[in-house]
Amino acid sequence: MLKDVTFGQYYPVKSFVHNCDPRIKILFLIGFIVAVFLASNFYGLALCAAVLVIGILCSRVPVQSILRSIKGILFLLAFTAILNLFFYAGETTVVIGEIPLQWGVVNITYEGIYFMLFLMFRLFMLILSSSLLTLTTTPVNLTDGIESLLTPLKWLRFPVHVLALVMSIALRMIPSLMDETDRIMNAQKARGTDFEHGNIFKRVKAIVPILIPLLIGAMRRAEELGDAMDARCYTGSENRTKYKKLTFTWRDLIVFLLCAALIAGVVLCNVYLGSIL
Amino acid sequence: MQALEFKNVNFSYGAQSDFSLNNVNFSVEEGELVAVLGHNGSGKSTLARLCNGLLKLKSGTIHVFGMDASEDKNTFAIRQSVGVVFQNPDNQMVASTVEDDVAFGPENIGVERKEIGERIDFALRAVGMEKYRHATPARLSGGQKQRIAIAGVLAIKPRILILDESTAMLDPKGRKEIMDVVLKLNKEEKITVLLITHFMEEALQADRAIVMNKGEIVMQGTPQEIFSRSEELECYGLTLPPVGYICKGLQASGVSVGDCLKVQELAEEIERCASRQNI
Repeated sequence: MLKDVTFGQYYPVKSFVHNCDPRIKILFLIGFIVAVFLASNFYGLALCAAVLVIGILCSRVPVQSILRSIKGILFLLAFTAILNLFFYAGETTVVIGEIPLQWGVVNITYEGIYFMLFLMFRLFMLILSSSLLTLTTTPVNLTDGIESLLTPLKWLRFPVHVLALVMSIALRMIPSLMDETDRIMNAQKARGTDFEHGNIFKRVKAIVPILIPLLIGAMRRAEELGDAMDARCYTGSENRTKYKKLTFTWRDLIVFLLCAALIAGVVLCNVYLGSIL
Repeated sequence: MQALEFKNVNFSYGAQSDFSLNNVNFSVEEGELVAVLGHNGSGKSTLARLCNGLLKLKSGTIHVFGMDASEDKNTFAIRQSVGVVFQNPDNQMVASTVEDDVAFGPENIGVERKEIGERIDFALRAVGMEKYRHATPARLSGGQKQRIAIAGVLAIKPRILILDESTAMLDPKGRKEIMDVVLKLNKEEKITVLLITHFMEEALQADRAIVMNKGEIVMQGTPQEIFSRSEELECYGLTLPPVGYICKGLQASGVSVGDCLKVQELAEEIERCASRQNI
């Protein structure tokens, strides 16, 4: 069943990855991140990359949509790359022609280049794998998954179901608040507020007359919603039942085994093929 | 059996506030459809909030199917038997899908999973929204959203349905959708309805109407009785339904139509006048 979602980056197609239990997807992501960080040579990382490629292929999400998520952190990537390239404390300085690439504290070494590539590769995979999760899981399913995974915390008297309700209401309210922002912006534009011109300070200042009505509106909404929830017998007690139940299927078993195999593979690579760190 | 009984009810939000109730007495029989009319600030919404314990009354008694609403131990049971639909459909939705939202009420009262499914079927069918089970509320029209809100309340299986200006924010089409659903629930499911509104044509469809002004009940009776006292109504800031208004206008300009409130009645009256003039 394809769910209608109005925001987020969910990509609505049917696929193996889409049909997986959200809990197993979250766990798999955690396992994958652990594997990526455990890997201490390129063989390990290549193994992770292979698993990621399989995941992307099985998700039927176009590669462009996944790569789009890189855009947001391009700056961060470039920054860490330059920092590592210039300041990594390696031993063999790169020599081009007769000139060693070393000026004061800046010292470009072969080890630095190697390490930089390694780090880029790692970051790249972290971003791609987490965007694969959000592209293939609806926000509602994600919330259900998180709630279910946090259930053990009930023993520590952590109010899991309250947290889950807060998350789901937040998700539910996003489109309403977007609409409202739009309305308020139009109202302020009609009163002559200029959002598009002027320097950064002027523009930031122009946002204040949007934020204040938005905040007041949100509070009023919250109060009305609270009343409506009270009227529908919400008491916050533990005796609530849950209509939606997540169930594991054969797919989830496969994903689980794949995750275990990946971590084992990475560890083996580390042990037998040496480390570059 | 009396579904709802107010006896000498007094309430105020504080010394400065207008929205107070002053010695209100009335009762609603099971299965009745009662309209509560009044202009803004007449205290009609306060009635709804007192019925299900969202507000606590200062003096007097309110009984809901014999349960005293002022006692905290009854609040949960009363909220199960009194469903309230509020004005703004957007601010009553808890979940991101219709199905999950309707499930919210039954989940709260601890209904088993399988039965929740059946209740969702029932509630969505009752409001004619079964096709939208997996839709996102944000994509629905105002009338559809408000029907989902009614379904959310119905899933708790209340015996009284209170509509607190539930049609105020809707367009005419949405208003008609809601009224059709409410009339059907009243007739077929025998649910008692308290319809709080300021649309006079909605009140016409009720068994009985109550007019409120400044926190007091000033008129009570069948809609026909109430609308026959149009001068009095005007004192309380209310007008006749559109057809009644046209009738008065016709009479003032010398056409001898009788008092009528519905389009059909007026059409017959005019036909009668016309045929008389021809002779």
